[in-house]
Amino acid sequence: MNFTLKVWRQKNPNNAGRFRTYAATDISSDTSFLEMLDIVNEQLIERGDDPIAFDHDCREGICGTCGCVINGFAHGHQEGTTLCQLHMRSFDDGQVIWIEPWRARAFPLITDLMVDRSSFDTIIQAGGFISIRTGSPPDGNAIPIPKDESDAAFEAAACIGCGACVASCPNASAMLFVSAKITQLGLVPQGQPERWDRVKSMVAAMEEAGFGACTNHGECEAACPKEIPMDLIARLNRDLVCSMVKK
Amino acid sequence: MATVALKFYSTSIGKKVVMAITGLTLAGFLLVHALGNLQLLWGPARLNAYAAKLQSMGPLVWAFRLTLLAAVALHAFSAVLLWLQNRASRPVRYQVQQYRETSYAARTMIWGGPIIALFVIYHLLHFTTGHAHGTFVKGDVYANVTVGFRVWWIAILYIVANMMVAFHLYHGMWSWLQTLGANHPKYNHWRQIFAAAFAGVVGGINIFLPLVVLLGIRK
Amino acid sequence: MELDPKIPAGPIDQKWERYKFQLKLVNPANKRKFNILVVGSGLAGGSTAATLAELGYGVDCFCYQDSPRRAHSIAAQGGINASKNYQNDGDSDYRLFYDTIKGGDYRSREANVYRLAELSGNIIDQCVAQGVPFAREYGGLLANRSFGGAQVSRTFYARGQTGQQLLLGAYSALSRQIGLGNVKMHTRTEMLDLVVVDGRARGIVVRDMVTGEVRSWAGDAVILATGGYSNVFYLSTNAKGCNVTAAYRAHKRGAAFANPCYTQIHPTCIPVTGEHQSKLTLMSESLRNDGRIWVPRDADDERRPGAIPEEERDYYLERRYPAFGNLVPRDVASRAAKLVCDESRGVGDTGLGVYLDFKTAIGRLGEDAIREKYGNLFHMYEKITAENPYQSPMRIYPALHYTMGGLWVDYNLEATIGGLFVLGEANFSDHGANRLGASALMQGLADGYFIAPATVGDYLAREGANTITTESQGFKSTETEVNEKIKRLLNIKGERTPESFHRELGKIVWQHCGMGRNEAGLKQALEELPKLRDEFWKNLKVLPARNDQVNQTLEKAGRVADLLEFAEVMVADALNRTESCGGHFREESQTEEGEAMRDDENFAYVAAWEHAGVGEPPVLHKEQLAFEEVSLTQRSYK
Repeated sequence: MNFTLKVWRQKNPNNAGRFRTYAATDISSDTSFLEMLDIVNEQLIERGDDPIAFDHDCREGICGTCGCVINGFAHGHQEGTTLCQLHMRSFDDGQVIWIEPWRARAFPLITDLMVDRSSFDTIIQAGGFISIRTGSPPDGNAIPIPKDESDAAFEAAACIGCGACVASCPNASAMLFVSAKITQLGLVPQGQPERWDRVKSMVAAMEEAGFGACTNHGECEAACPKEIPMDLIARLNRDLVCSMVKK
Repeated sequence: MATVALKFYSTSIGKKVVMAITGLTLAGFLLVHALGNLQLLWGPARLNAYAAKLQSMGPLVWAFRLTLLAAVALHAFSAVLLWLQNRASRPVRYQVQQYRETSYAARTMIWGGPIIALFVIYHLLHFTTGHAHGTFVKGDVYANVTVGFRVWWIAILYIVANMMVAFHLYHGMWSWLQTLGANHPKYNHWRQIFAAAFAGVVGGINIFLPLVVLLGIRK
Repeated sequence: MELDPKIPAGPIDQKWERYKFQLKLVNPANKRKFNILVVGSGLAGGSTAATLAELGYGVDCFCYQDSPRRAHSIAAQGGINASKNYQNDGDSDYRLFYDTIKGGDYRSREANVYRLAELSGNIIDQCVAQGVPFAREYGGLLANRSFGGAQVSRTFYARGQTGQQLLLGAYSALSRQIGLGNVKMHTRTEMLDLVVVDGRARGIVVRDMVTGEVRSWAGDAVILATGGYSNVFYLSTNAKGCNVTAAYRAHKRGAAFANPCYTQIHPTCIPVTGEHQSKLTLMSESLRNDGRIWVPRDADDERRPGAIPEEERDYYLERRYPAFGNLVPRDVASRAAKLVCDESRGVGDTGLGVYLDFKTAIGRLGEDAIREKYGNLFHMYEKITAENPYQSPMRIYPALHYTMGGLWVDYNLEATIGGLFVLGEANFSDHGANRLGASALMQGLADGYFIAPATVGDYLAREGANTITTESQGFKSTETEVNEKIKRLLNIKGERTPESFHRELGKIVWQHCGMGRNEAGLKQALEELPKLRDEFWKNLKVLPARNDQVNQTLEKAGRVADLLEFAEVMVADALNRTESCGGHFREESQTEEGEAMRDDENFAYVAAWEHAGVGEPPVLHKEQLAFEEVSLTQRSYK
């Protein structure tokens, strides 16, 4: 298969970036998207050109490192898929493919397709945890949790922190990411003692980081590779309102 | 208390909650207004009597008007703040951006707002104060409306504006539920159905009335 | 070099308890005066950084990823073992200990393994309290499932994402300490060397992967939790970034590397499709519970699987191992697959694959039941291969998955360099020659939450603060060496990319030091590897040719340079160990039926290798393994 790639190239945040066009030729349909970029990069180096920098690691859809906007879709057009799981067979032969980095003020660009997502870490550091110290917990079975609640907490905990929700949101909002953690910890008994403080501090950190507001477009849940639903955002809203009354 | 409220309002969620509550107030008014207007179909006597009765409530009318005005102000002010925040949150835009989930209604909320506001101002000058009405007769609501809508472009203007209102209502009427945290996976599709029904009823009536006059069914 | 494992005296079930009492403590007020460097932020690194910070130490934590949450522990699927005996099926610390020793083919230290079993329950408690959403039963209590190599049900799990959930638990504890200012996190930072002065680890030299800046960090103790070296094989289930650099640099500075030939090959991975392949994807072993493995009876049979009649199929595992059938341990299943592919009976375009067929199970249980059990795995398979496994059999092939070998550590998890502690997959300690499923997560967290925080404190109490600063000669010279090496890599200006060298390296070691190893092949590898290393240093091409910005080619080149040298140590170890044990299969040492045959008389030892210079054969040191609790028997799964 052959493709024409339009790739965002930008040396560093201070330089102006632009799209550059590359040909990806003779690509096997079994190649994954990132492997296709590997091949292009090998050729670029051989030709004496700088390779395209992009983030990636596990290449099996769980670490959350990879992610670009492909032809206008975060992680590409396939639903419930990370970029590393996208295969070239899902494109048309000869297709023009636009590859852009996540765009958001809270995700400043580092170079080419790499962005800095440490704002997500900052949000978790503000309260995305249960404050216990190692060695002091009760027995695992001392805290029974109804199966459906535990399952629901798991669904929310499936978030891989890739940032596709922010990238796809017309407002670059991080509400889906924050709501996933709030929901996971808010559903289980262990998370109750800090529930109201947690939501306040995580939301404050989110606002501080410069993300946009949720206006209920639903693009986040459509782009989320783990298919986390935007219902969780309603829960986050509710918890924040309650937290104002509780204390 | 005041500081808590301010702190809450400083978050985007706080602003959205304010928008939800004020939006709901305005939507409630729109529904009552539309249902009241429907009395046009029963002829001048009934509609004018209804209008006179409303006018006779004295200070209550003003309390009501002030509430609505405050709701509009808060709704618009919050919207502008959120819009500025959202604009700033993506300084570099995408070359290619595709949407999967969002609706036309959701994407036009921010533009729908000011357009509706302009329309409302015209509407007030037209039917409430009469400044924008050539043959305005105070108290004769039926005549004012039928004469007004007989001008074809005014009727079209009302129809188009109310389509916008309907879109705005559609996205707003399920959004406030989401914003206030009313959600349950089992019932969530009802939110959309409710929103569509609400927007349909209010928008439908408001579009139906100018049409009725324009087509000469009511003179 | 002296190898003192420092195994405490006393009955095995009291060793750790008694030892902890003997460990020296640091006065709470003094803890904050110490600063500990933790390299790696996975289960072991993340958990230990958080725990040390909770205790009051200052911690600097480094990871090459953009966030500590991305460490490769996240990809573990199956579960985590613990001897809770919640199932009332006769489990105990002793049984977990016994299963682990036996599963490791009697090549691990009894005392370490017992401690691991003893701590396993605490790990579950800890994780539950952190909010890790383990699978539960309808009564609200924790659920368990069974895993290979055990007859009790002791595996705790969170669907197929146990590693992710445990890592996010450790990450949340770490994040809390970062938020409190007790841990300083350095992401996108790669450790490139260890600074050793007077036999004690004094700090590390790192490169900022965004700016290219090389700088030193001094610490009172250095903890490496940098994972395994599966990527020496190029294709493995490890993340692309996984590498041996930190561990190998420590090795070059004097830390012994133990049992590098113990590598684990996982039988159920999605086969390679072509040259472009950059990594392999694992599919949980649990698939073998219901899938039947087969290949065509005749060689070079190119018919579609559906066109091959039942009598012309060879269900070779069921045939060879009637008792365990498709559920034989990982190493046995992997070798059997290689064997049939060597006989040209492999399937798929490359001929490197065997069928894993669910037709029987679907017939028996119905498609819905299979979907309920394995839906996500089937979905993943279909995503990667575009084939529907409900209709045609899956194709699977073994792939490198985990490395049991690692830096040699004593009972304190301290390497042969003082003040250097090695945790998790990076050390060699607990899995012997073969790791049982669901034990890696257990070991990483036991090391990180419970063992290192105790023994590092003891070290600090005994040895006191590190007085060597980053301005000292020791740091400056190491820093210079790192800078020189970077310059060298950039200035070769040859023709080949680091990736192409890595791919070639992988082919050599997979060919000669993979599933089956023999003297001739290993010797050939020892001839080919130095040649490839020479070519690397003459013909490498790194672009951009500068070190003041993000340079992923340079990162890769540095890692490949270390993997190239490390491969020789691994092959030397494989050559030295003429017995077969666990994941190490020497073709010369097998029973008449082709099963692995241990040689306990000559090889019941840990092979710890000392670096003797690049290109020089490493020096072997032996730590004899003493078995006081268990008696050594040959494994049999017939």
